Amino acid sequence: MRFDTVIIGGGLAGLVAGISLQKEGRSTAIVSAGQNALHFFSGSFESLEEAPQRLSELFGEAGIRLHYCSGIRLMPLGTFRPAALSLEDVSLFETPGFARKALIVNFAGYHDFFTSFLAEGLEKAGIACRIQALDLPELERIQASPSEMRSVQIARTMDRIWEKVVREVGALLGDEDTVILPQVFGLRDITVPGRIRQAMPARVVFVGTLPPSVPGIRTQALLKRRYEVLGGTYLSGDEVLEADLEDGTVQSVATRNLGTHRLLAEDFILASGGYFSKGLRSNPFRIWEPVFGLDVDFAGDRTAWYDPAFAADQPYMAYGVKTDASLHPLLDGMPVKNLYAVGSVLGATRPEFGSGAGLAVRSAFRAVDAILKEEAL
Amino acid sequence: MKLQEYTVSKHNFEECMKCTVCTVYCPVLQVNPLYPGPKQAGPDGERLRLKDPFFFNYALKYCLNCKRCEVACPSGVGIADLIQASRIKYDRTRPKLRDRILASTDLMGSFSRPFAPVVNAVTGLGVTKTALDATLKIDHRRSFPKYSGRGFESWLRKRAEEQAAFPEQVAYYHGCYVNYNNPALGKDLVKVLNALGVGVQLLEKEKCCGIAMITNGMSETATRHAKHNVEIIRKAVAGKGLTVVTTSSSCTLTLRDEYPKLLGVDNADVRESVLMAVRYVFERLEAGATLRFKPGFHKKVAYHVPCHMERLGWGVFSERLLRMIPGVEFTLLDSACCGIAGTYGFKKENYEASQAIGAPLFEQIRSVDPEVVACDCETCKWQIEMSTGYRVENPISILAEAIEI
Repeated sequence: MRFDTVIIGGGLAGLVAGISLQKEGRSTAIVSAGQNALHFFSGSFESLEEAPQRLSELFGEAGIRLHYCSGIRLMPLGTFRPAALSLEDVSLFETPGFARKALIVNFAGYHDFFTSFLAEGLEKAGIACRIQALDLPELERIQASPSEMRSVQIARTMDRIWEKVVREVGALLGDEDTVILPQVFGLRDITVPGRIRQAMPARVVFVGTLPPSVPGIRTQALLKRRYEVLGGTYLSGDEVLEADLEDGTVQSVATRNLGTHRLLAEDFILASGGYFSKGLRSNPFRIWEPVFGLDVDFAGDRTAWYDPAFAADQPYMAYGVKTDASLHPLLDGMPVKNLYAVGSVLGATRPEFGSGAGLAVRSAFRAVDAILKEEAL
Repeated sequence: MKLQEYTVSKHNFEECMKCTVCTVYCPVLQVNPLYPGPKQAGPDGERLRLKDPFFFNYALKYCLNCKRCEVACPSGVGIADLIQASRIKYDRTRPKLRDRILASTDLMGSFSRPFAPVVNAVTGLGVTKTALDATLKIDHRRSFPKYSGRGFESWLRKRAEEQAAFPEQVAYYHGCYVNYNNPALGKDLVKVLNALGVGVQLLEKEKCCGIAMITNGMSETATRHAKHNVEIIRKAVAGKGLTVVTTSSSCTLTLRDEYPKLLGVDNADVRESVLMAVRYVFERLEAGATLRFKPGFHKKVAYHVPCHMERLGWGVFSERLLRMIPGVEFTLLDSACCGIAGTYGFKKENYEASQAIGAPLFEQIRSVDPEVVACDCETCKWQIEMSTGYRVENPISILAEAIEI
């Protein structure tokens, strides 16, 4: 099967690249080896100085509104980080003392939302907190299986009963001016968080839970749908096994599901992710990129890979494939002309790209621009 | 590293890093609280079962075997395979009469076909449904597949000479459904392949692929079928140099993947030669073959990728074929399970769950309002037709309708 561009990896970077190229009339396929880091998405894109307008537009056309203000946002453990371009689920504040008194509400039996850490953090910022658990009969079914009482299971029920939750939380409200809720709303209907904010008699702040991320799953679903509506071919649960190179250019790739039916294209984008997604693999001796065997930047001495201080920035997280300035990855020191590496396969901490979601989006846009420009020549 | 080659766990279960992504995409977990979910039933449970079979959980029977957990898993764990393999290994309950009947699609077909008009009329009666519900716990709200009076095999056998005259040949694994319920689909395939200059042969006495036996506790019978089928496919592939084409995504997944992974029947030498007909046809067209389409053909088609087609990763071939038919107005439906999962939805205890799982798909079909829903799976067809009233056809049948010969 022949495409203009084949994209290896169906996460944020792959989808942003795929949508952008389809929009410009190019035919593309995305090969996605299982689900991706959007399932752990905080809802914010950091370090996106160049891209906000372009990203907001792309997301807007997929039905996802983004917002930004210079300030801070509240993290799941009660700390604050600088604000970044965010999904509407994420509240942005000018200062940590954004409220006078907050009511923190959790659902009985749900362990992936840390109310006391939140309260501790907010009290440091001078916000008095009260914690309440809501015991809803509608959740009894999933409470029966505590190991399955996860964000997404609760979110499925909330899609149906969010209006009741608003009433019950409203009844718990005393003189608090703010309600803090876990981010388990609007899995299928993106308008729900906004409608909750409108209906509640106090300001509502949604705070992230342990994975899976409800806004992240919704984002993945909407971006994938947008990509398919634009005519893109999304190959779910398939994996690129090897590539055929001639004169330093990629001719085709083979996948596990398609076997001898190879995917041919003019250009290829490697958006295969980091260690979690197996875009990078490692053993005690080396770190490698499994599809093309690209050059990877890592220290020869393994003790330099990690910092014994667990919470420190770990050097191995910065390792990734080597590229030239145009994001062409290097193979035995030579750039592969029609291949672009984007997202976490580049290594998670290239400071010029920001981290995580920011890296994915900015590098994807850069690869798209290079492909479109090269065709125009 | 050598050591790691020897430490690959069965169905890759040690690769699970507990990310919980599979639980997001399990259709059963969304509707049935008795089911422990793919993570718990699969890799988590496997650790316990390896310690002591006592930890085998009979609620694993609620698994649909839709394989959506495997499609979603970023770590390549064979989650559904782990669940089905542990049912084969540890479940000591004997299958009920009902499950034996539901699973024996070939046997039921050979009994029913000679009396097709009677059987169809009787299974359509309310009183029959009530009786089946009360005695066998086959849900009374379910519509039964209709049987066809003349089987596909005898139809094609009569045309063996005419088919042998074509310059190129394939063998067709038609499955129980085409033979007993819907010979028209088999005839449509013959029409399309003939138009491409390809003649169609039967395999030497194919047996039911056995997928329903695997999920109904009859893996020994399924294994016998598997050995037989691999043997006759080998004769066609190695002996005659033929490709074996199919029209059912579930039969295909079983022949290619369930045989080696769940039943331990090695098919490595023939696996790549067993192809869905949509892939075979697409590849012929890609290589330059042409079909003549009827002028003025118009059809609004919504394509549902069956779960097992999604696992095969071949929905793209059906999609491409449908899109290339002039006059087809195409919609790709969101990836979702219809809820029937073969025999699963026929069981009284699963009826409600089955319909709840399919609800979002049914809703989307109604809002798209197509003339026909395209789908590569016969049980999805029954489920969608019963639940929405929309007609469902295999992409091959839609293609056959659109071409001129």
